[in-house]
Order: sequence, then structure tokens, then C-alpha cells
Amino acid sequence: MLLQQLINGLTLGGVYALIALGYTMVYGILELINFAHGEIYMLGAYLGIIFLGLFTVAGLTAVSLPLALFLTVLLTIIVCSAYGFTMEKVAYKPLRNAPRLSPLISAIGVSIFLQNYVMLTQGATDKVFPQRFGDSGLQFLNVNMTYLQALIIIVSGVLMLSLHLFIQKTRVGKAMRAVAQDKTMAALAGINVNGIISVTFIIGAGLAAVAGIMVASYYGLVNYYIGYIVGIKAFTAAVLGGIGNIPGAMLGGIILGLVESAGAAYISSEYKDAYAFIILIVILLIKPDGILGKNTEEKV
Amino acid sequence: MNYEAIKKHPVLKALLISLFAAILFLPFKDIKSSTILFAIMFIFLSAVLLIKKSQVLPALPKIRWTPPHFLRAASVPSVIMVFILLPFFLKDYYLDVLIMSGIYMLLALGLNIIVGFTGLLNLGFAAFYAIGAYTYAIANTKLGLDFWTSIPLSAGIAALSGIALAIPALRLRGDYLAIVTLGFGEIVRLVLNNWDSLTNGPNGITGIARPSLFGASLDKLNTYYYLVFIFVVIAVIIIRRVECSRIGRAWISIKENEIAASSLGINTTKYKLYAFGFGTVWAGIAGILFASKMQFVSPESFTFMESVLILSMVIVGGLGNTFGAIAGAFILVLLPELLREVQSYRMLILGIALVLFMLFRPQGILGGFKSVHFRR
Repeated sequence: MLLQQLINGLTLGGVYALIALGYTMVYGILELINFAHGEIYMLGAYLGIIFLGLFTVAGLTAVSLPLALFLTVLLTIIVCSAYGFTMEKVAYKPLRNAPRLSPLISAIGVSIFLQNYVMLTQGATDKVFPQRFGDSGLQFLNVNMTYLQALIIIVSGVLMLSLHLFIQKTRVGKAMRAVAQDKTMAALAGINVNGIISVTFIIGAGLAAVAGIMVASYYGLVNYYIGYIVGIKAFTAAVLGGIGNIPGAMLGGIILGLVESAGAAYISSEYKDAYAFIILIVILLIKPDGILGKNTEEKV
Repeated sequence: MNYEAIKKHPVLKALLISLFAAILFLPFKDIKSSTILFAIMFIFLSAVLLIKKSQVLPALPKIRWTPPHFLRAASVPSVIMVFILLPFFLKDYYLDVLIMSGIYMLLALGLNIIVGFTGLLNLGFAAFYAIGAYTYAIANTKLGLDFWTSIPLSAGIAALSGIALAIPALRLRGDYLAIVTLGFGEIVRLVLNNWDSLTNGPNGITGIARPSLFGASLDKLNTYYYLVFIFVVIAVIIIRRVECSRIGRAWISIKENEIAASSLGINTTKYKLYAFGFGTVWAGIAGILFASKMQFVSPESFTFMESVLILSMVIVGGLGNTFGAIAGAFILVLLPELLREVQSYRMLILGIALVLFMLFRPQGILGGFKSVHFRR
């Protein structure tokens, strides 16, 4: 039972962590709560269904399901990244020097727009993921881990590890860290700050797209408002780990997933959505900068 | 022309971005509507970006016009007169909209104290609205208390919960505080949704009494309008008085620079608590007005979206400006109603409007005009 909840929690946590990364990277660089990030995840789920549907009609799924799935994921990542990129260019970049809360409202505007756009074009009813994966899976120690759960855990693990390596080892990653520390100084050192900000949005949106497809295939149903609650939970996860801190977002996401599935199983599933916030408040009261956040004293 | 040249050319660049953004809307729905949507998005976005680039509009706010004294003196009474006379000319439907906008004005005024004056981002303001509404709903249906005795009760409980949240939460800085208030808002909504014995869960509480005055029930729409209107006027008077007082100046100094404020001897924690307490009072009052108007409350009316809407009102009106909060609430309640013709598109347009508004006037409607903080 406990182990089963651990697996369910890890599955959920992996998804939260992937979305939380988008929040935390953007926040680390722009100090902006990108409220529209949850909608990118929602778009990812929808686009996954649309592309896979197209491949089914075209007969590709019958030929090779893994290839069709791979292409679906690839195309969804590309389109979602384009959404993330455009969102930044249209709604946030012109507000780079505006009062601090203005980009927040513009982000909320983008979020309302995308939600209603998808509702109008795709309908307000649930969409069904065209491919069912069934409940078969690995059996061990009285636990059933479906292949899909295993896949979600592995994919999110691999993505997080590669993001970590990307940030730590590559030139672009180094530039991202520099921009997060000090935009002006990074620009003086010859870093293309606007380019790095775009890269950040593209990567964040790509990760959210993967999370979207995985959730769509896991639950089998999507709706136009799924981005909202998952979005605020993922943001909570990012804050939990210490906002702006990339390993923190991963940790926060996983803790959130575990707490949620354990709480739903052992306490009450009615308050499922509240556990995330209760744990957040408790942890922030003990450690006001999040679990891995650095305690930065404010400079005068 | 090579890529670098395109990147340098502002008009081409704007067109390119719009083209790209418009393509994004292709993969949805059928071919015909996709093409139309594509064309609309392209023209619209390029227009926006070109106007923004050409710097025509941002130059406007710099013109400062000080109205002559008699206009200033006459402005407030004439606005009040207009609002007093409105019910004689309006249909019930519009009166209803005005009542709702009055309730949102109270909410925006309250949130403006916390976010606008003191600079504490609060993303869960609807929680206090909900607490005010449910306090009256429960006090009225279970204990039989009437509207007038419930007002101090609702306002008091909302303020107490605001302070109770703020005492631990004020240890946090900036956006950490924001996310805790967001969490609080969600927890309150979930509790209302699940505590069936007290709140009747998702079905909500029905049969809440309308207020009565000297035995006469105020259930006519226009009497209700005046009731809400009087509350808004009282709120504005009180908030203006506080804003211009020592407390208001302390709030603004905390927003401008917290370290400087505390080094000048301002007890920042104390004044932040005042802001939370004083701001949430108005949410409580808005809640009781809402509950008694609808005669029904359910958790659905107090979602995160509601908090976001109230925050948008404050920012669209101009942070830290009392009259701005009123203008913001008025516009954001009225806008969806004006778009009733295009029913299903109105939220879509509201989203676009918020973005456009921020692009062209990031400081809000009255944000450029400093309200008078000091009496000479």
C-alpha cells in the first residue's frame, strides 16, 4: 500500500516537477510568475491528442505505434515551444521595464485568452486520448506499476537530468545562470540576454508539453481548464523547493506528488488539492526561502 | 535581405513576429476558420506591435493637465449626483450590473490597501470575500442574525482571518507571501466545499435574508443599489482619510523602500498587519453585500479566478490609487457585460484586453497621477 502510493506519487510528482521547472527558470531570470505556463501544459495535452489523432487517421499508429508516439511528442514540443517563445515576445518582453506587477496581469490575460481559445475551438467537453495503454505492468511486492507509470517516471527523470546537465555543462546553460544572477553584468560580458530569455521560455514550454502529453495519456481525458489547477500546484512546487532554484523545483514537484497521493490515500481524498498548500505553508514557515533556496539578505 | 538585416529592421521584425504568432493558431479546428483566424491574428498582432514600436501612445501620459479649481471641487459631487440619478434611467439588468460593480469596487478598494499602498502581493483575496459572505450566510440561516448586526461580524471575522494569515506569513518576502496567500485562498475554498455540516458543501447555502431597514425589506433592486452605493462612498471616505494619515504614509514608505522605512523607525510588521486587517475588512463587507444580494452563496463564487480578477482591477486602475481601484472595478465588470453580444467570445476578448492594456499603459489608468498623500 505504502509502496503503491510511492509509485503513484512519483508519477504525479514527475509531472509537477517538469512543469515547475518552467516556472522556476522564468522566475529565476525575470522575477515573473508566468501564469500562462499552466496553459502551455494544457495546450501540450490537446496538441498531443490532435497529432496522435492525425497519425491514427493517416494509418501511422497501425504501422508503428512507438514511431507515431515519438513524432507526436516531437511535434507537440515544437509547437508548444513556439507558443512559449511567442508568449514572451508578445506579452512580456514589451513590459521588461514596466512596474513589477504589470507583466503578471499580462500573463493572466494570456492565460485567460489561451483557455478560452481552446474552449472555443475544441469545445468545452472532455477530450479523450486516442490511445489506451491499459493497466498491465510490472508486478512486485503486491504493487502494480503500469508500464505508463514507469515510462512517466523514467521520462521525467531523464528530462530533469538532461536539463541539469544542460544548465551546468553547456555554454548556453552557463549563460542562463549568468543572466539569472545579473542581467546587466551578463549583457556586459557579451551574453545575448534577450536570446537567453527566449531559450528559457522555449525549454520551459517544451518540458510542459511533455508533461501535458504524459498526463493526457495517463488520465485519458483532458479539458481546457486542466492547466489552471496543475499550474498553481506546479508553481507551489517551485516555491516549495526555493523559487529560481532548478534542483529545488524538481525536489518540490516530487514532494508535492508524494504528499498528495499519500494524503489522498490515508487522510481524505476530498481535500486532495489542499495538501499541496498546507505542506507549502508549513515548509515556508520553517524555512522561508524554500527547501533549497538560499537565504539572500536584501541589500540596501 | 539577410537575416541580420531583418532582425534590425523594426517593422519587418514586428511583421515577422506577428506572422509567427498567427501560425500558432493554425493547428486548431477546420481549414476555413483556421485561415480566417490566421488572418485576423496576423493583422491584429502586427497592428499592436507596430503601434507599440512607433512610440505614439506611450508619449501621451506625459501630458499633465491640472484641472482648474472649480472643476476639481465640482467633480466629486457631480459624479455622486450621476450615480444617485442613474437608477431612474436604467433598466433592471444594468442596475444589477452596477450593483455587482459596486461590490467589486469594495473588493478592489480593500485589495488596493494591501497591494497598492503597502506593496504586499496577495493572490488569495477572494478567501476574505468568501469568509465575509459565508459568515453572514451562516449567521443568518443558522443563528437568525440580521444584516446590520452581521456587518461588524462579517467584517470583523474577515479582518481577523486576514491578520491570522498575516502574522505567520509576513515573515516571508515578496512572492513567497503571494503564494502563501494563494494557498490560503485555495484552502478556504476547499474547506467551504467539503465542510458539509456547516457550509452545505458545493450546493451552497440558500435562503439568505435581504437586509431590512425600519421593518421595510430592502429587496427592490434600486434600494439595493443605493445601499451598495452608500457603502462604496463610506469606504472611499474612510480609506482616503487613512491614506492621508500617518498610517497611510507608513504604508507607502514600506512599499517604496522597506529597509529605509524601518530605519526611520517605522514598525514595518505592525503596519503590514494594519494593512492586512484594514484591507480585508472591505472584503468582508463586500462578502456580506454579495451574500445578501444573491441570497445564495456557494464555493464556486470564490475561486482563484476571482482573486485574479480583483487584482486585475487594482492594477488596471493604477496601483495605489483609490480612485483607480474604483475605475478598474467599474471597467472590468462592465467590459464583459458590454460584450454580451458576442457571448462566447467575451472571456477571450477580456484576456486580449488585459494584455493590450498592460502593453499600452503598464502603470494603469490613474497610475501616472500621484494621489495626494500629504496635507499641507
